[in-house]
Amino acid sequence: MPDLSFVFAQSLSGLTAAMFLFLIASGLSLIFGVLRVLNFAHGTFYMLGAYSAFQLVQWIGVGPGRFWLAALGAATAVAILGGVIEHFLFRHLYGKEELYQLLFTYALVLILSDTAKILWGTQQKSVSRPAELTGAFHVFGATVPHYNLFILLLGPAIALGFWFVLQRTRAGRFIRAAALDRETLGALGVNVDGLYTWVFVIASFLGGLGGALIAPMRATVPGMDTDVIVEAFVVVVIGGLGSFWGTFLGAVIYGQVLSFGILFFPRFSIFAVFALMATVLIIRPWGLLGRPLK
Amino acid sequence: MLEVRDVRKSFDGFQAVGGVSFTVPRGSISAIIGPNGAGKTTLFNLITGHLQPDDGRVVFKERDVTGIAPHDLCRLGMGRSFQRTNIFPRLTVYENIQAAYLSHRGRGFNLFTPVERLYRPETEALLQSVGLLEKAAEVSGFLSHGNQKQLELGIALALEPEILLLDEPTAGMSATETRESIRLIERIAADRGLTLLFTEHDMEVVFSISHRITVLHQGRVIADGPPAEVRRDPEVRRVYLGESG
Amino acid sequence: MRLSRIPWGPLVLVAALFVPAQASRFYTFLANDVVIWALFATSLNVLVGYTGLVSFGHAAYFGIGAYATGLLMKKLGVSFLLAFPAGGVTAGLCALVFGFFCVRLTRIYFAMLTLAFAQIVWAICFKWNEVTGGEQGMPEIPYPSFDWVDRVAGVLPFVGGYRTSDYYYFTCVLLVAACLWILRRIVGSPFGRMLTTIRENAERAEFIGVNVRRYELAAFVIAGVFAGLAGGLFGIFNRGVFPDFAYWTKSSEVLIMTLLGGMGTFYGPAVGALVLIWLNQQIVSYTEYWPLILGTILVILLFVFPGGIGGAVTALWRRLQRGAARA
Repeated sequence: MPDLSFVFAQSLSGLTAAMFLFLIASGLSLIFGVLRVLNFAHGTFYMLGAYSAFQLVQWIGVGPGRFWLAALGAATAVAILGGVIEHFLFRHLYGKEELYQLLFTYALVLILSDTAKILWGTQQKSVSRPAELTGAFHVFGATVPHYNLFILLLGPAIALGFWFVLQRTRAGRFIRAAALDRETLGALGVNVDGLYTWVFVIASFLGGLGGALIAPMRATVPGMDTDVIVEAFVVVVIGGLGSFWGTFLGAVIYGQVLSFGILFFPRFSIFAVFALMATVLIIRPWGLLGRPLK
Repeated sequence: MLEVRDVRKSFDGFQAVGGVSFTVPRGSISAIIGPNGAGKTTLFNLITGHLQPDDGRVVFKERDVTGIAPHDLCRLGMGRSFQRTNIFPRLTVYENIQAAYLSHRGRGFNLFTPVERLYRPETEALLQSVGLLEKAAEVSGFLSHGNQKQLELGIALALEPEILLLDEPTAGMSATETRESIRLIERIAADRGLTLLFTEHDMEVVFSISHRITVLHQGRVIADGPPAEVRRDPEVRRVYLGESG
Repeated sequence: MRLSRIPWGPLVLVAALFVPAQASRFYTFLANDVVIWALFATSLNVLVGYTGLVSFGHAAYFGIGAYATGLLMKKLGVSFLLAFPAGGVTAGLCALVFGFFCVRLTRIYFAMLTLAFAQIVWAICFKWNEVTGGEQGMPEIPYPSFDWVDRVAGVLPFVGGYRTSDYYYFTCVLLVAACLWILRRIVGSPFGRMLTTIRENAERAEFIGVNVRRYELAAFVIAGVFAGLAGGLFGIFNRGVFPDFAYWTKSSEVLIMTLLGGMGTFYGPAVGALVLIWLNQQIVSYTEYWPLILGTILVILLFVFPGGIGGAVTALWRRLQRGAARA
């Protein structure tokens, strides 16, 4: 019988991983909910967020507050990139077959990840934790770094923030309306094209932010994009494509399954995750909290 | 031949079809009319197996076919055309009809015979009877709207149905096209001994050729009988013309 | 124009057989690669181009075929004559099981489930060390035995004197040609026509008596079988079978090939395989940033030539024919 502190530590680590995934997956879910496209390049935005954060830290140094600046700067840079791509390229594929849209996002993966290789090489990069959060708590016999706790709190905070924006603000209403029926929204005089661009920008910001924030915890290395995008797919499928809280729930479930799975069934944990994804798709394709697509 | 008994269907609490019953005798031409939103297309979808009714029965040739999948239903002899033209756009006109024959004559799972020569005489004969033989090699997606409707009819006929359900067959047509279309349909129905059930908005068409008319309003039948009777029915007049009494 | 009367297929086949005699070992190697991927891509096209089902997990069957054939030949000493079809059969059976669940879903959910199943296959191959060799894979799959060639060479002298890898190349060419011939018959049959009706308008297809799910499952299985056969050939060619055969990026490679060559024609994907592998070869000798180039090509394709090479050629052909008819 594993002792409590151990379970606690595992749980916490699962939750932390879940929060990162939530950041990325929420952007993916947002794009899918409104634009009805599965953006393969989202993992690459995440990776670019990490690399950009690294670069910015190189430039502005590691003084107090610098890390946060770098993280926000990285997320913004990625957001701008996303907006530009949507506006000049992706927009022209909207009427076409879904396959073309999907392959375009995959082409972005190829182009952007190689660009990252050109700019930053193949050696792994690391970013140190922000000066304010280098300590650790000792709770229930487990060591919890301050930074991890920050991430654990940030996830739900962002979730709540987004929930608030989606439910209570006009912009949020537009986004929800666009997800349901974009033609009518356009007919009502709303600039749907602009709305789509903003959605893409916000989603890319989230992805980039996720990457920037995870940089102190994991190595920034080529290939992290293709690994993470599949994880993000799993999360979004489990929780429900297009459902915001579903993504949150999916991320939490995924995190726990993975962290305990690795512990008890190390060889089958990866298998278990995809088996879970397949099972959800078979039994309830629109996920735990999603709604059936028309 | 076709009997609809007390069929009901609701969507999220909105009752689209509420207890509709009527009969279509063999060899007759029957119409279902009603204002927009009366539930005509929903009713069609319920009869043809695209939707499952919440309640009620559909009986075809004395056989309960409620909710049977469309692909089985059309093998029993029920053909259907659709309101929005439903053809195979990138196939040629010839291939559209031939596909229907291939499926109907049970060759669908033949994996080895080259398809070009199969059912050529039948396909050409059918194209001739719907007036599309000269256009056989054209890609169907590029045809005019009227021609596509003709093709749609042809596809339904290739299945050698006993009853043909036509969902707004003259929708979007000019007056001339409508007249020609109806003449074609009447002639074909007479030649092949088909029973027809159709929905329409064009009242002239409905009253000129139907033997029997069923009027729907808000998912319920408000009148059912020969044209002359329906024309005089006060409820129908009220619903359509806003007259009182 | 009489061009359509020229038997292109047999010509290409004969030309392919001359490669080892005329070209270097390296080009034979490339040609072998092309031939196998041509089969893989054509098998995918049965699903994507003919039935309209976009699968993101086709590599699963490629991987299953590779592991099945490899395991039989390497660990159980089974001869190639049995192991090769066994690869296809195993892949087909898995396609039957996976496909049963996949065809009940549509569009994006279908694509996601195919992806999920492919990743499951990958995960099993990656972790089941005892059977699949795990992360290391199974290196050194033996070539089929070519001892009998010496006996034949006594009668037909031109058959003798090649390397083992060349004999394997000939084997691949002949087997792939046979498979492509079979696939061609299938898509040109009433069954193939039914598949295109599903692609064009599944609702209408239902109403000409087509049990859409059953046909889609059949297409899924056929595609899986031939992908498995391609995988079996590839494992031997590659001198080893590895888990990444089933990873999702492999699925996207073959999807890109299919798009590049043109999903609307039968030989399009094969052409796509040829072009992509050749391009890769050319570019990799100049720069290591092949993905960047590939991504750019893909973007250009999507925006300018969605019909791929096959589509562009067909359009050009039609225009020439119309011009000739008018002249």
